Amino acid sequence: MKLITHNMLSCPIKGVKNGFPFRIEVGEVATREADFDPTFLRHILPRIEYGALRAAAASLGFADLPETVPEGATEDDAFLQALHHALLELHLEEGALVCPETGRRFLVNKGIPNLLLHEDEC
Amino acid sequence: MGRSDRPELTAPPDVFYNEEEARKYTDNTRMVNIQTQLTQRALELLALPDDGRPKYLLDLGCGSGLSGETLTDAGHVWLGMDISPSMLGIAREREVEGDICLQDLGHGLPLRPGMFDGAISISAVQWLCNADRSSHDPRKRMKRFFETLYRCLAKGGRAVLQIYPESTDQAALLTNAAMKVGFSGGLVVDFPHSTRAKKYFLVLLVGGHAALPASRGMDGEDPSDEEEAYGAVQVGQRRTKRRKGGKAGKGVEWIVKKKAQQRGRGHENIKPDTKYTGRKRKVRF
Repeated sequence: MKLITHNMLSCPIKGVKNGFPFRIEVGEVATREADFDPTFLRHILPRIEYGALRAAAASLGFADLPETVPEGATEDDAFLQALHHALLELHLEEGALVCPETGRRFLVNKGIPNLLLHEDEC
Repeated sequence: MGRSDRPELTAPPDVFYNEEEARKYTDNTRMVNIQTQLTQRALELLALPDDGRPKYLLDLGCGSGLSGETLTDAGHVWLGMDISPSMLGIAREREVEGDICLQDLGHGLPLRPGMFDGAISISAVQWLCNADRSSHDPRKRMKRFFETLYRCLAKGGRAVLQIYPESTDQAALLTNAAMKVGFSGGLVVDFPHSTRAKKYFLVLLVGGHAALPASRGMDGEDPSDEEEAYGAVQVGQRRTKRRKGGKAGKGVEWIVKKKAQQRGRGHENIKPDTKYTGRKRKVRF
């Protein structure tokens, strides 16, 4: 699971109001190279919840993201490189996503988060 | 699996697409070709702005990532969801570019609002019409699915869902469920004159009323006598129906059938069938 996905997911349990962001329990992390595409990063940056991304990247052992989005970020090559690495190259292979409100754990197995609900949760 | 067998009638999707079926599906060249063509057509109907920017898309019922590969080829980044662990296992083996999640569409999409530029789905959404467990209510599941889909799309976004409806009723049911949550748009039917090539695309728009894209093969690209005859039969049928309805009225049987239908769709407050059902009132009531 990439961190861009982590940034999009919110807890699907019925009645949960603040299901974002999932806390990450880290088991195993992998890094896989992906093509660097600044146009996509510029397109997606306004939608990213930056604080959540930075915290998630840090929990996966990548602390190179600056505290806030720098000014002129869309032209800042070093920043875009770091953003690219955090969003698309870091993968959570094994571990769990924990709902911030209910504490429910969704397991991540072989890089695939299992977001299936029990009958009483939907 | 024969051409006439509907997998929807065999078993729930997470059970039906087991290791063996999933592998068969992905190794079959014919299946792969069909999936690729359907995805290309879905992308065409999605009508993303042609500004050279890669988009962030959602692939619902992504399976082993066949449709996702077409999205990757078109330069987009995507997130896939599917309920079959075996299918997703194969997607991972094939190292698809998109990210994948194990998820049931009927539980609603666990996504933040306004995040996606568009969504596609190839041959998946008709599964929502089935009640595979006693706790499943197809109408509720559809509602939840369309509500959350509407929410997670960005303004001006579209969803193109290619479906294999069991009947025209089922197609209407899905379309209505989508319209109820605020989507505009409708059903685009490609090759409506052909039994085999006919394909249904539910094209859903968030906000605004853009014109629906034109269907393909409207001029009957492969016309034959059989199809001409089919058209004639339809017209004839319509005429008889109207004459019948005007004269005799609806019988008890018809009323009982309609009531059963309504109950099947989950409507409440349907009066029970008794000996009084459909009986005529006395003249002096």
